[in-house]
Amino acid sequence: MFRIRFHGRGGQGMKTASHILGSAFFHEGFEVQDAPRYGAERRGAPIFAYVRAARGAINERGIIRHPDLVIVADESLVPVPAAEVLANFAPHTTLLINSAESAETWRERLNLSSPIICLPLAEAGEQAELPYMGVACAAAAARLTGVIGRESLGDTVAEELGSLGEEVVAENLRRALAAFDAMADHEGCVAEGEERLAAPAEGPDWIEMPLDLGEQATPAIHAGATSVEVRTGLWRVMRPVVHEDHCNKCVWICGSLCPDSVISTGAGGYPEVDYDHCKGCMICVAACPRHAIEAVPEHGAAGETAATHEEASP
Amino acid sequence: MTRQLLTGNVAAAWGVRLAEVDYVPAFPITPQTEIIETIAGWIDKGEMDCRMVTMDSEHSMITAAGAAVATGVRSYAATSSQGLLYGMEMLYTVAGWRTPFVLTNVSRGLSAPITLESDHNDVMAARDSGFLQIHCATCQEVVDATLMAYRLAEDKRVRVPVIVNLDGFYLSFTREPVDIPDPAKAREFLPPFDPGSLKFRAGRPLSEAVAVLGGTPYSYFRYELHLAAMGALAVYDEVAEDFARLFGRRYDAVESYRAEDADYVFVMLGSFSTKARDAVDGLREAGVAAGLVRPRLFRPFPVEALRRALAGRKGVAVIDQNLSMGKGGVLHGELLSALYGVADAPPVVAGFIGGLGGRDIGPGEFREMISVLEQAVADGETPPPRLLFSAEELRHVRKLQASAHVEREEIHRQERGDTERDET
Repeated sequence: MFRIRFHGRGGQGMKTASHILGSAFFHEGFEVQDAPRYGAERRGAPIFAYVRAARGAINERGIIRHPDLVIVADESLVPVPAAEVLANFAPHTTLLINSAESAETWRERLNLSSPIICLPLAEAGEQAELPYMGVACAAAAARLTGVIGRESLGDTVAEELGSLGEEVVAENLRRALAAFDAMADHEGCVAEGEERLAAPAEGPDWIEMPLDLGEQATPAIHAGATSVEVRTGLWRVMRPVVHEDHCNKCVWICGSLCPDSVISTGAGGYPEVDYDHCKGCMICVAACPRHAIEAVPEHGAAGETAATHEEASP
Repeated sequence: MTRQLLTGNVAAAWGVRLAEVDYVPAFPITPQTEIIETIAGWIDKGEMDCRMVTMDSEHSMITAAGAAVATGVRSYAATSSQGLLYGMEMLYTVAGWRTPFVLTNVSRGLSAPITLESDHNDVMAARDSGFLQIHCATCQEVVDATLMAYRLAEDKRVRVPVIVNLDGFYLSFTREPVDIPDPAKAREFLPPFDPGSLKFRAGRPLSEAVAVLGGTPYSYFRYELHLAAMGALAVYDEVAEDFARLFGRRYDAVESYRAEDADYVFVMLGSFSTKARDAVDGLREAGVAAGLVRPRLFRPFPVEALRRALAGRKGVAVIDQNLSMGKGGVLHGELLSALYGVADAPPVVAGFIGGLGGRDIGPGEFREMISVLEQAVADGETPPPRLLFSAEELRHVRKLQASAHVEREEIHRQERGDTERDET
């Protein structure tokens, strides 16, 4: 059985990716199971989706415990604990990551012995490639399995995205085939995992649940202002960066339009963004009369501003 | 206090008055409305220091009752039938908040077809909500159970809301002599609400009932609610003991009437059980060793007390005033699960559906149920659940259907006539 997991952010098409890969397997005669998994639905929040494909009936369900292939569409998710990108990696698990950096860099960074493949999905001059991430990831994954043909993939993309119109299908198809072709050297490198994983040696550590008094056993938070602990900045895909050389210092505009109140007046009277809590809606970018705020893709933005994802993660 | 003639509804209102409830969100529904009218009258006359707010629905009413408790006040609500179902989402929610208050449900059959009379399908629908349930058989029990329910709900070991159930019409609009507890003694039995950590203030932010994602924290909170409900069995016994000491009336979790030496026992909930008492007396006179076992507590389900009360009996007739479509009576299934695998459990536990929509249960029917048990014991085979419904009743329904059918035919004939005229 192939067990494949996609990681991305809400809006990056991970559910679509799992559908495309699932359908492509299905076209090739496999039994398939594909599903997304997420918490509160919101753009930018970590989500994952998974695909199982086998020649026989599939009885497993839910979270994949030992993936054969993990695809990370957004490298900024790697340090986010809630994303659990590296959860349950087995020695044979292949990591396919959308990144312009090298596999060696990621191997050192993650201290992983598993095979790592980097696939830069952004095309030249692109700031963001959100709408096409899912389809490209699915196509790359299809090639890595070695059991899905180019034609079959093309048919699947047309079938899954057909309702969006010919133009959308054509562009997605181009991106899908480009990603498929880019993985030619790695064709078939992901093999099917064992059909039956060995039963865990240890039984569950069951307990008798103790009775707690009602005041403890109620789902209540007994203090205010705890929301600051939630780093909503981790949901951000695009980052607003202020260019002080163009800035008028009219902070009342970007500051008062910010729906999360994360823009304040900083040193020298310039707007200062609290990147721990900026969700990246880009309203400030649209509202700035001097066009002094730029939208920069998050994974390339670490060097542009002081706050980074690594610092932001709890 | 002297004994007075009170309806079950006014008895419930007296329970609320004696509990010195601070806040009553209200929404009307038959046959519960008289409770709220009575309380409103007392507030109007300055006899009760309480705030009443009329709400837009039972959904809002249950929410408001739970939210008020979260601010640290004693609150109360009453509803019935469709209203209980309309508020169902919030029953589960406020139980999860662990906000203790008392909700009176005046049992009434559910739509469709809509009806007004007594039937337990409404309160059975709330079985798994987390609310505890006390079922009353007399108007005296209604006022007493209301006070006991507050003690039980507010106990720190429990902290769970409680439904007090009384049957529509048979108790709600039926006057019986009621000994209204002395207010000073009532206060001694039920001291002012100690809210503990329940003290939400606008100026002191608190998140009640936060979301949890993932099965682990969810399992913890839901199971703690279950453990609190299970623990409420022992707390109920303490409360009942205390009540008996102060007021001289004893309300065990399971009432047993002439069941100790009985061969055959009726098991049922609510006010119809007094009919069974009469039947037991009549059967005893006729030489049949009959008895009655009535759970007052339905949640938590008093499993051990029921096992003890039924141990060694030859046969049990469970009379359910409710019907789970595709299965049978709810109490029947609950009792069977409590008795399964118990060494001296009765060999025959037969299910009967009776009293749906307030349908009477006659003395002859109680006698007949015993005959069914005797036959079952002799045969060693328990019959499937039976509806108490006579040939005469079916003739009555056929007559109604015939009239409805005739009218329908007439309308069709007229419509056909109209069409023909239009075409010519």
